[in-house]
Amino acid sequence: MIAVMLAQTIALTGGTVYPVSGPKIEHATVVIQNGKITAVGADVTIPGDATRIDVSGKWVTPGLIDGLSNLGLSEIDAVDGTNEGSTGKDIASSFNVSEGLNPASTLIPIARIEGVTSALASPGGGLIGGQAVLIDLDGGTIEQMIDRSPAAMVMDLSEGAKHTGNGSRAGVSARLRQVFNDALEYSRRKADYNRAQMEALSAPAADLEALLPVLRGEVPVLVNVNRKSDILTALRVAKEYKLKMILAGASEGWEVASEIAAAGAPVLVAPMDNLPSYDGLGIRFGNASMLAKAGVKVGFYFSDSHNARDIRQQAGTAVSFGMTWDQALRAITLTPAEIFGVGEKYGSLDAGKVANVVVWSGDPFEFSTAVEHVYIRGHEIPLTSRQKELFERYKTVPPSY
Amino acid sequence: MRTIGLLVLVGVAGCAGVRATQSPTPAQTASAPATTAAQDSFSAERAQYPSTYKRHPNPPVLIKNATIMTAAGQEIANGSILFKDGRIVAVGTSVTAPGDAVVVDGTAKYVTPGIIDVHSHMGVYAAPGTWAESDGNEAVRPNTADVWAEHSFWPQDPQIPLAIAGGVTTIEALPGSANLIGGRSAVLKLVPARTVQEMKFPHAPYGLKMACGENPKRVYGDRGGPQTRMGNMAGYRDAFIAAEAYRRRWDKWNAKHEGDPPERDLKEETLAEVLRGHILVENHCYRADEMAQMMDLGREFGFKIRSFHHAVEAYKIRDLLVANGTGATVWSDWWGFKEEAMDGIHENAALLDQAGVKINIHSDDAGVIQHMNQEAAKAMYYGIQAGIPVSRDHALRWITANPAWTLGIDSIVGTLEVGKMADVVLWSGDPFSVYSRAQQVYNDGWLVYDRNDPKHQPRTDFELGQEPLPGSDR
Repeated sequence: MIAVMLAQTIALTGGTVYPVSGPKIEHATVVIQNGKITAVGADVTIPGDATRIDVSGKWVTPGLIDGLSNLGLSEIDAVDGTNEGSTGKDIASSFNVSEGLNPASTLIPIARIEGVTSALASPGGGLIGGQAVLIDLDGGTIEQMIDRSPAAMVMDLSEGAKHTGNGSRAGVSARLRQVFNDALEYSRRKADYNRAQMEALSAPAADLEALLPVLRGEVPVLVNVNRKSDILTALRVAKEYKLKMILAGASEGWEVASEIAAAGAPVLVAPMDNLPSYDGLGIRFGNASMLAKAGVKVGFYFSDSHNARDIRQQAGTAVSFGMTWDQALRAITLTPAEIFGVGEKYGSLDAGKVANVVVWSGDPFEFSTAVEHVYIRGHEIPLTSRQKELFERYKTVPPSY
Repeated sequence: MRTIGLLVLVGVAGCAGVRATQSPTPAQTASAPATTAAQDSFSAERAQYPSTYKRHPNPPVLIKNATIMTAAGQEIANGSILFKDGRIVAVGTSVTAPGDAVVVDGTAKYVTPGIIDVHSHMGVYAAPGTWAESDGNEAVRPNTADVWAEHSFWPQDPQIPLAIAGGVTTIEALPGSANLIGGRSAVLKLVPARTVQEMKFPHAPYGLKMACGENPKRVYGDRGGPQTRMGNMAGYRDAFIAAEAYRRRWDKWNAKHEGDPPERDLKEETLAEVLRGHILVENHCYRADEMAQMMDLGREFGFKIRSFHHAVEAYKIRDLLVANGTGATVWSDWWGFKEEAMDGIHENAALLDQAGVKINIHSDDAGVIQHMNQEAAKAMYYGIQAGIPVSRDHALRWITANPAWTLGIDSIVGTLEVGKMADVVLWSGDPFSVYSRAQQVYNDGWLVYDRNDPKHQPRTDFELGQEPLPGSDR
């Protein structure tokens, strides 16, 4: 069945195409074949077997990516049995969330029928929460959903992790360095470790082992961090251990935007967050645009995964506070793809990329705009969800059950 | 609208709960009457935490060449609005300004009434959100009808200026939903102030927060109950049975003033006022079947629930709500954070509106309150996209005129009509666009926020000393 669908050739014709990798193209065609984009442009030869879909007057963009979520890992926040994102341990680097993913989650259709086609499914809690994976919001099995695993090692240097450092920020960073040092020591002396000829290390072997790709710079570290001083501490640690670091949250990032830019660390921001706490008194709507202006690579996320669909409201809000429209679209497409190491496959409309494509009735950030077609890996997604079924049932009351 | 008077009238011999006879008049400054604590008077006859709100002086303002969205049926292109001394004086296509008026060019801009949020926990759950500011749930017993939200409210909550910058001019600050009966609400003008009394909306009736479902049974399940939804219902009924008796005792004494008055009981005093129709019930309730139970409760005790709050399943019983005359206060899209919130749908507001239910979009959140216009826009467009006709005027009423009705202040605020209080927002563009921001916010004619002028960007005491100070785009 899946093979049949993937074999389809689809040509979306006549739309205004926003490839993100380049300027918009009017009256353009996007050709999708075998789950990949095979051609994009105003002057494209459409294969004879293609199903032509006229999208004149519509806007065509890459599928949106929520840069930090618990999609697939949580059904109902208040029901523990449906939550899979946390082990409760301080150091859980060997914890990969994949097998907790629920392909049948009702959140997935609800997000994707509004244009969100991929998301980072992230663990949380503790100092090192575990390994996040990048998923497509389609597929009947875990394997079919996963784009990249691990996509990032998730850590926390915010106020929320203080308990892992005996109640002090300095304790948290000291413990993190200890774990990194022990991972390096472990990797140098695995034989000794296995013969129990070493002093006890600060984490079990599996957790230290899982940190080695991080310490080799192969897997990025995603650090939840908000206060200016904590952001600088995170960058300091990244420099000491040559980590590839992604900052997330970064409430006070705008105060140290040039330092972040100099370190080359991308930042995941929730542009609609602006409520002050002691972890981020300097939080402000302008954060995203100020970071972008300083040359920082900025991606977006939305902390409420039930409404991951509101990622476009986040993007629109960033624009109203000074980000350019193009930057904002990039922040929910190509930038998160690049941040998680799949920029060659995802995030833009270019030949050779995975066919995650959305057709909109207009500007995707506007509330007046509706989604008309969603393709994930070239497969057209039916625009239905549990919520749509509830609506249909209760179009008249009492309903006919 | 119904006339709702002050809860406790000072100077009227009697007791707590004598209904006022005068209609609320706009901008009347509630002066605390000087009832002397004479030996022969007692506490129920004296002022009960009266409003000391005073209109801030401001020159007359004419906004011209703007699109005026009145929330009273009109959207006037190239229109003007003039307000003076806190009152709207003229709205239309040709309005002449007095010589001393400040003239604001509204070209390409939009004007709406000030936004009203009937469900806020600002001030009672203030930022920065530590234990010290956690004053919203008196979660020590399931019936705390005796507590008043205003006695928790912190006017220096740094979330308040953020909501003002979002165009909000009036809020109902509510106790939380831990309790079956959570306590009295505070209806407040959202203006910088030192005390909650300086914010108290003159003549607004009180609301009573009640809560259904998961929250009370979760909080009290292992603390003596209620542990179940049937336990919740028994709790409300017990409370109102006691209040019925209390009301009878007082009404009897009020009629003759013979002998000693009955002893005051704050819980019963509030619930008796609900039974008299002076306090409006604002009922946190998610599930359709529970809302039906609560309307039965109202019928048993002879009061009407004013509005169900959150009401994510209200669309399922919109016919019952219409029949009962009860409103629904909803989000545009929140759902799924607990089981009773699983059936939220985008079309909730539009379906209710179409059926004739008085609906509000509410925030329940210091983030959402900053973009109520966007939430109304989402709810409107999702309805339209699903084939349910929703007018822009109705969508605007969801955050202005309708919440004013819910709070019993719709003769004073909620629309841009001559004589109404000058709660006015100037938007950079169509308020239903994601790109539009409030440019100027007038509360009772006072320019409380101007996006382009730091002199009109109020900061709370809490925010002073922060370095660097976040800008106007906080």
